[in-house]
Amino acid sequence: MHLYNLTLQPPTAITHAVAGNFSGSRQQEIVVSRGTRLELLRPDPQSGKIFTVVASDVFGSIRSLAAFRLTGGTKDYAIVGSDSGRIVILEYEPKTSSFTKVHQETFGKSGARRIVPGQYLATDPKGRSVMIAAVEKAKLVYILNRDAAANLTISSPLEAHKNNAIIHHIVGLDVGFDNPMFAALEVDNSESDQDPTGEAFNNAEKMLTYYELDLGLNHVVRKWSEPTDPRANLLVQVPGGQLAASDRYDGPSGVLVCCEDHIIYRHMDAPQHRVPIPRRRHPLQDADRGLIITAAVMHKMKGAFFFLLQSEEGDLYKVTIDHEEQDVKALKIKYFDTVPVASSLCILKSGFLFVASEFGNHYLYQFQKLGDDDFEPEFSSASYPSFGMADPSIPLPPVYFRPRALDNLTLVDEMESLSPVVDSKVMNLLPNSDTPQIFTACGRGPRSSFRMLRHGLDVEEVVSSDLPGIPNAVWTTKLKEDDPYDSYIILSFVNGTLVLCIGETIEEVQDTGFLSSAPTLAVQQIGADALLQVHPHGIRHVLADKRVNEWRVPQGKTIVCATTNKRQVVVALSSAELVYFELDLDGQLNEYQDRKAMGSTVLALSIAEVPEGRQRTPYLAVGCEDQTVRIISLDPESTLDTISLQALTAPPSAICIADMLDAGINKTQQTTFVNIGLQNGVLLRTVLDPINGQLTDTRTRFLGTRPIKLIRVLVQRNPGILALSSRPWLNYTHQNLMHFTPLIFENLDYAWSFSAELCPEGLIGISGSVLRIFHIPKLGTKLKQDAIPLLYTPRKFIPHPTNSLLYMIEGDHRVMGEDAAARKLDELRQKGREIDDEVVQLPPELFGRPKAPAGTWASCIRIINPVDAKTVNVIHLDNNEMAFSLAVVPFAARGGELHLVVGTAQDTFLTPRSCTSGFLRTYRFSDDGQNLELLHKTETNDVPLAVMAFQGKLVAGVGKSLRIYDMGKKKLLRKVENKTFSAAIVALHTQGSHIYVGDMQESVFYAVYKAPENRLLVFADDTQPRWITAMTMIDYNTVAAADRFGNVFVNRLDPKVSEQVDDDPTGAGILHEKSILFGAPHKTSMLAHFHVGDLITSINKVALVAGGREVLLYTGLHGTIGILMPFVSKEDVDFISTLEQHMRTEQLSLVGRDHLTWRGYYVPVKAVVDGDLCETFARLPASKQSAIAGELDRTVGEVLKKLEQLRVTASGF
Amino acid sequence: MSSELRYTANTQLEHLHARYTGTGHADLTKYEWLTHQHRDTLSSIVGHPPLLSYLAIADGEAVGRVKFEMTERMLQPCGPPPAKEE
Repeated sequence: MHLYNLTLQPPTAITHAVAGNFSGSRQQEIVVSRGTRLELLRPDPQSGKIFTVVASDVFGSIRSLAAFRLTGGTKDYAIVGSDSGRIVILEYEPKTSSFTKVHQETFGKSGARRIVPGQYLATDPKGRSVMIAAVEKAKLVYILNRDAAANLTISSPLEAHKNNAIIHHIVGLDVGFDNPMFAALEVDNSESDQDPTGEAFNNAEKMLTYYELDLGLNHVVRKWSEPTDPRANLLVQVPGGQLAASDRYDGPSGVLVCCEDHIIYRHMDAPQHRVPIPRRRHPLQDADRGLIITAAVMHKMKGAFFFLLQSEEGDLYKVTIDHEEQDVKALKIKYFDTVPVASSLCILKSGFLFVASEFGNHYLYQFQKLGDDDFEPEFSSASYPSFGMADPSIPLPPVYFRPRALDNLTLVDEMESLSPVVDSKVMNLLPNSDTPQIFTACGRGPRSSFRMLRHGLDVEEVVSSDLPGIPNAVWTTKLKEDDPYDSYIILSFVNGTLVLCIGETIEEVQDTGFLSSAPTLAVQQIGADALLQVHPHGIRHVLADKRVNEWRVPQGKTIVCATTNKRQVVVALSSAELVYFELDLDGQLNEYQDRKAMGSTVLALSIAEVPEGRQRTPYLAVGCEDQTVRIISLDPESTLDTISLQALTAPPSAICIADMLDAGINKTQQTTFVNIGLQNGVLLRTVLDPINGQLTDTRTRFLGTRPIKLIRVLVQRNPGILALSSRPWLNYTHQNLMHFTPLIFENLDYAWSFSAELCPEGLIGISGSVLRIFHIPKLGTKLKQDAIPLLYTPRKFIPHPTNSLLYMIEGDHRVMGEDAAARKLDELRQKGREIDDEVVQLPPELFGRPKAPAGTWASCIRIINPVDAKTVNVIHLDNNEMAFSLAVVPFAARGGELHLVVGTAQDTFLTPRSCTSGFLRTYRFSDDGQNLELLHKTETNDVPLAVMAFQGKLVAGVGKSLRIYDMGKKKLLRKVENKTFSAAIVALHTQGSHIYVGDMQESVFYAVYKAPENRLLVFADDTQPRWITAMTMIDYNTVAAADRFGNVFVNRLDPKVSEQVDDDPTGAGILHEKSILFGAPHKTSMLAHFHVGDLITSINKVALVAGGREVLLYTGLHGTIGILMPFVSKEDVDFISTLEQHMRTEQLSLVGRDHLTWRGYYVPVKAVVDGDLCETFARLPASKQSAIAGELDRTVGEVLKKLEQLRVTASGF
Repeated sequence: MSSELRYTANTQLEHLHARYTGTGHADLTKYEWLTHQHRDTLSSIVGHPPLLSYLAIADGEAVGRVKFEMTERMLQPCGPPPAKEE
């Protein structure tokens, strides 16, 4: 077996984000890391929308990100700390729209190791140096400078190591133009490691240490080190240094030390200031729990600065410092607003706040005000004795605020993110759909959602209106060449034409010069200010003064099809003749003296737009009934000569020539594509050679069951093609590469571009008798999402086998269930505590739920109708129970009646795993599955993490034991048990009498149930420990599974062994076989292994294309959706693996990680080709492309075609 | 091997041990080994964002909190060292 890995959707979570002027223009951008990808986002200050400018897979794991700017420069660079053991400085090049590596310095081994730097990055605010640190001990400082040619230079590293020090955070100090300084938060473990009494551990001090880079001596010295709060976790830079123009200080310099419950201002030789972090006064809040700051951002304005700190509950605090020159007078904190908990915050100068959420969608907010003159209480260090530092070991009295709806910020844009994907299923549940949908359980806590993903572009309808009849075509046109917007909508009916004028409203107009008594074949704005209508009996040239020049078809003939552009018109007559017209310099339409006889009825015609600065386009494509397409010259030298011919497999129904940019074929110029739609629903895309008119590089794609119609449209000012068959498709260029994606919209009969003031980049289409105006809001996103909000973090869901409902279990740790919360509140009320109802009733999806102590759970079972995207029913679990697993079981003892079994546990603790009791709740379906009726609860001694139906019974993985239960009156009855598993059973699968068991630590076991003897025996296992997170069965002997470290692998057992096991009726043979390596008597062998880089949470074996092959579709925690596709032929394997080898040498990772070691992070990559790497072939420079293609004995086109074919046949994407 | 050579070999080894924290040696105690294992694991969790998210989801905590608690735990992951026998 050989697999091809392809990412259908890259991770959507953002782990780091930094703002800066990366393209060197005035506009600010944001560089974000999505774990294994780097993206440049550009928020548009006018519209407040965020666009992705460039996204690049780095084939490594990004751990830290920082931006810096050299003194006097206008452009920011990005520094990336990763697991490559290298520091990398990246520059964004707007010209090529790509990141380029400016510097790459190696300092250590690869991998996210304890003492290899890469975890933390801190830059000097003046861009003179950078510090990169590890979690323990190692800190390196690099000096950044310019050489004589103004190029960025980087020095060799200077060590600032401190042995036995655990580093919590580092930050660059703002010292103006003094020697650069860095602050680090460190704990020394050398004493506590030696002290058996534990006293040293209890007295361990967290040190705030300043490291000074002496630029003169080229040396780093430990300048200052003082103990600070032992629960400090984050440092924030405070502005300092003098302005160049005046002697005024920007700020006091120093750092904010964010600790549990407190913020401390700290600087060398300066008094400390401490303020408490205001808390929510929630009656259910665990009072012993501290509050930490998890994200922070500082913003400098003219002559002032402030900080926004975010607590782990999502509350933003505005922190300001009152200072006179360098002396701090007071540190002040006040509540600002509440936004989702962020992994990074970025403030843009244009007044936006970008919140990269740690889970769920990302948001862009606009500042309305800065919270200066509101009634929010402000807490100042000046109001405490000795600025709050009278006794640093005693916490300041807690202060409170009341959370409220957004006041200072307004939401302007949202970036969808699937992260975290906890479970997924791929099924085709929608009516009239030929491709399956991906159902995912996403999100965390009250912001969770259940999402249905469909392959295709999201379409936003602007207007739809009913028409009197059923038109067969629609056009829009401007009146003059330089009009910004369209003026007319022309609708062609079987017996007439209707012209509508676009103004304030859309109304019918009469005196347009268009013939209204006949259908229309083509409409064109021609020349500077004239219009053209082609109807079956002639061509009407409507001049600006409404005079009409009409060309009439000779008697007995009609026009069957026509194609036009700004200067040329070609029509085909029913006599299979072509007539060619061209606009002369006076604006007169002239017929070419000869007509061309084609010999076969013409079915389709197309000419391209007139190229910029030219008189005409030189080629015409003609599709004839004899299943050919001919390219005919329109050049004055050889007018109407046939140049080339392509045979087809079916009569053509439409042709469209369009010039589009595809960087895979030509980086600099547009390529001319001839798209040929056939009557059987197949689309051919060929490249037209601009020199000799030959057709090359044909690619085919099946679009639908109806004859194809092709329309040239404008998509974000670039040419695109709309292909209409049984569903609409759009071919467009995005980030310089060509995409072909279905539109998730009603079936259209005809469509055209539409541009009006309200909808400048829209499309207009007809479906039946309805006219629809729509636009495509987000190009590049290939999956449309429909979401249902959930209450708690989803855990698992399963479909019902007959009705199309889904059953999902949700639950959250450290959250009180609704009942428990209400009881607690009542209790408090009875005790006479005053309860602030407003705080209690805050919507949890915005403010979260109050944190309860560990061991508290809230959980529910939800019934979902995925087709209507609705929740049918929610059943809450009581008694602090949490649902961990569920299965639909047809119990044989009840005549195969379906039951839902939910594995729950009461008072569960995670580490070490414990519970007062586990339960198997057995439900009967009622109301067609829309409700559940609890039959009984069966106690278990451990948490049932996995349950599954098996031969009319239930198999449950209860902690370390695998058990089979049968249905009973009062309880489930335990039939047989096997207790040989080592950690905990987390995944189950079955076929026949085999049970495949995924263990939390020890990989996959193969077990068999021998009914005659009632034995449950493990007969095979893996040789390696594996922390299984997801598993699926590929065939009777093969499983695919994923582990916690981002690996996916395939294990297979020798078929002979399983035959032998099946032939043994009693299982006595297995029972007495000798165990190997203290495990089962047989071992599986690993067939394939691959490191994805995201933690895989589910694997589905499914065919994504109607009639296509089955692939493995996996989802990753950070939102990755990818497939593993088996190769069908040895040739493909050889070809693609050779290409991969070449790509490995060409495509050097942006973070400097070696591709082979990245994909073989924990175990060497085996029998899997990285399709994501291969597909970057399209982005290589042309010379490298042809060199690689030459090595493979192919042309560049053939390589690209092969890659596209692999993608399309496997996924349809 | 002359005693002198052995001497230099040892200093090199000591140097390497000082340089590469966590490297084992013949006299490593069970406690030290375990502490190193735990610290390596904790720093690996902190260094791999998906793993950190995974734990944060399971525990119902913010990612920042999990990161902080993991780093805190690195100070003494396996409790105080056993008392030295005299």
